[in-house]
Amino acid sequence: MKDTKKLLSVVGLGAAVTASAVMARDEIRIVGSSTVFPYTQAVSEQFSNSTGSPSPIVESTGTGGGMKIFCQGIGASYPDVTGASRAMKASEWELCQENGVTDITEAMIGFDGLSMALSRQNDFDWDLSLEEIYLALAAEVPVDGEWQENPYRTWSQINPELPDTEILVYGPPPTSGTRDAFVELAMHAGCEELDYVQEGGFDGDWVEENCSRMRTDGQFVEAGENDNLIVQRLNADPNSFGIFGYSFLFENLDALKPVAINGVDPSPETIADKSYPVSRPLFFYVKNAHRGVIPNMQVFIEEYMSEDALAPGGYLSERGLVSLSDDRRARLQDAVINGKSMSGK
Amino acid sequence: MDLPPVLRSEKGAIETIRKGVRKRNRSQIFLQILGIGAISFAFLMLAILLLSLTSTGYKAFVQTYLTLDVYVDPAEVSEEQLPRGGFDDVIEAALLQYFPEAGEDRATRRALGGLPSNGAQFILRDKVAADPSRIGETIRISVPVSDPYDQLNKGLIDRETPEQRRRVDNREVAWFDALKEEGLIRTKLNWGLITRPDSRFPELAGLKGALIGSFWALLVCFVISFPLGIGAAIYLEEFAPKNRVSDLIEVNINNLAAVPSVVFGLLALAVFLGWFGMPRSAPLVGGMTLSLMTMPTIIIATRAALKAVPPSIREAALGVGASKHQVVFGHVLPLAFPGILTGTIIGLAQALGETAPLLLIGMNAFITSAPATPLDASTALPTQIFIWADSPERGFVSRTSAAILVLLSFLIVMNGLAIFLRNKFERKW
Repeated sequence: MKDTKKLLSVVGLGAAVTASAVMARDEIRIVGSSTVFPYTQAVSEQFSNSTGSPSPIVESTGTGGGMKIFCQGIGASYPDVTGASRAMKASEWELCQENGVTDITEAMIGFDGLSMALSRQNDFDWDLSLEEIYLALAAEVPVDGEWQENPYRTWSQINPELPDTEILVYGPPPTSGTRDAFVELAMHAGCEELDYVQEGGFDGDWVEENCSRMRTDGQFVEAGENDNLIVQRLNADPNSFGIFGYSFLFENLDALKPVAINGVDPSPETIADKSYPVSRPLFFYVKNAHRGVIPNMQVFIEEYMSEDALAPGGYLSERGLVSLSDDRRARLQDAVINGKSMSGK
Repeated sequence: MDLPPVLRSEKGAIETIRKGVRKRNRSQIFLQILGIGAISFAFLMLAILLLSLTSTGYKAFVQTYLTLDVYVDPAEVSEEQLPRGGFDDVIEAALLQYFPEAGEDRATRRALGGLPSNGAQFILRDKVAADPSRIGETIRISVPVSDPYDQLNKGLIDRETPEQRRRVDNREVAWFDALKEEGLIRTKLNWGLITRPDSRFPELAGLKGALIGSFWALLVCFVISFPLGIGAAIYLEEFAPKNRVSDLIEVNINNLAAVPSVVFGLLALAVFLGWFGMPRSAPLVGGMTLSLMTMPTIIIATRAALKAVPPSIREAALGVGASKHQVVFGHVLPLAFPGILTGTIIGLAQALGETAPLLLIGMNAFITSAPATPLDASTALPTQIFIWADSPERGFVSRTSAAILVLLSFLIVMNGLAIFLRNKFERKW
């Protein structure tokens, strides 16, 4: 019938237009970690404002999800850049190789601290060691020489000098790169400091196997990826803690105060010189086969690598990125702008 | 007659009936109270929702602006270089006229340069690029101030907070107050909220991209689901033989309407993006995904509307010799049309607020330009709300609420239109 014909032609037209759209692409496509996302957003906006090019499409897919899409192949339907809150894994490197994505440049752009924070309404001067954090949040801990379910309910049970308030920590879910980093940098490190582990002579594999699980009995609450929501909960209960990336804490210093770890408060200085122990490097990966094919991709990379963006006081550091030292930065800029290929994992 | 003992005397009978009436009246009043209670509870919840949204959101409908006279220094900006040039330095110089002491060290100068929004240099650039003869002249521009100052002006940053915890330090507060005293700071209605695309800077961020993206997605959704949905409904209702197969189809369509939207998102990810290789984040794909959800709604609404047309109309038409086809398209469908339209608009309103399937096909990207065609990547209203709710900057808190209010007002308009159409064209039989 007439209507059906019309409809079919509309659908057919749609399909034809789509097919041609797949062939060429004017804008840069970026996927990857939600931690690197705000920095990439800032660079994209600066780039499209100052050059007048179509604005890059930046999607926050998480580190692992980003790698999967990034490594799917070469061509306009695959992204050009992916952000990562950890280095590329060997398995991801292999996936890339299999799909012909062999020429990749790795750029480590700076550091991000992970912070535990609580409401300003709480009066206690919190300073925890990694060991105490582990004892408060792990699923299994040593008690009197026995490795067993975590029995601690209040902070004072862990250390008598800490307040006698219930342990309540809101943290990221397992799908989040922030969670991976927190487990690796705080929990594993805290686990290794335990007397039980040191005296028992357990190795890194043992730690990874036994110290990675967060407790699920109500003291540690997975609060989803929405950090603003966590802030509201912390304000409602001054004795509860949240785990955030430093950039988020930095935006909310009027409402939140950081917990010092091993006596060190998180700040750009302490994260950069590594005296604050829970910090991680941030990366992005560039598909070199797309340089010169996707218009202005090189210009975008140069903007990301510019001193305006990366240097201390640059617009990325205003968003909470902790910059690299001068000579490391100079090496980075040189390598990334010239498309130095990574040699494998 | 064998009456029960209480009814044997006249008095006893009246008494029993009265008791019965009282009892029935009581239960009716009880039911009414329950009903009023339920409605008041629903309204209370709605009021709380709207109140909390408005109380945080209304501040995003205004924006603090700074008026500046900027001397476009030919040493910084030259015609050959346009559209590049040191526009930020020119604006910084204009501010330094008011605060000469800030020029002494670089850090202070930078801090002062951060008072107007980062977008100020581009506003100036566009003015100069439009008319390069103005290089060397003094131009008056009105630009948004950056988010911390906007928050300060709106009272969202408390001046009593100790300095080290405040986003703006005492020196910056003093600058702002001095400019305010000069009459250079104004609060204006924030049209940018709907006329600007998304931005990393809250003071520049707007919903233009999301609005246009939602428009394209809904248009595609309508073009696909309206004819297909009506076609399917007419066939099922008027032509299909009533047997096991058509029963099975009916059950499946009703089930389809109840499938969670995230499932359609996964389907779209696998089929539209995976097999057909359609572009990620495009409103075209978003609209196609949404149409999968809207279609069952339209089919069900259309069938109900067709059923509501009295059989006498069909019989009369058949009686004067009309064919089945003529009966359906000449008589039944026109009479059912108001009901169909209402169902369609409500289905589209649902689609407008749908988030989950759009997240899966990548319509939650950060894009600083509005889509020109349904094939350009873009966001939609609900996904834009999702992105803003997740942003660390304080300015996005009120903008999120404001965006929700915009979305709600669209939903109210669409539902209102549905009610209007129903009342205007509905026929009583």
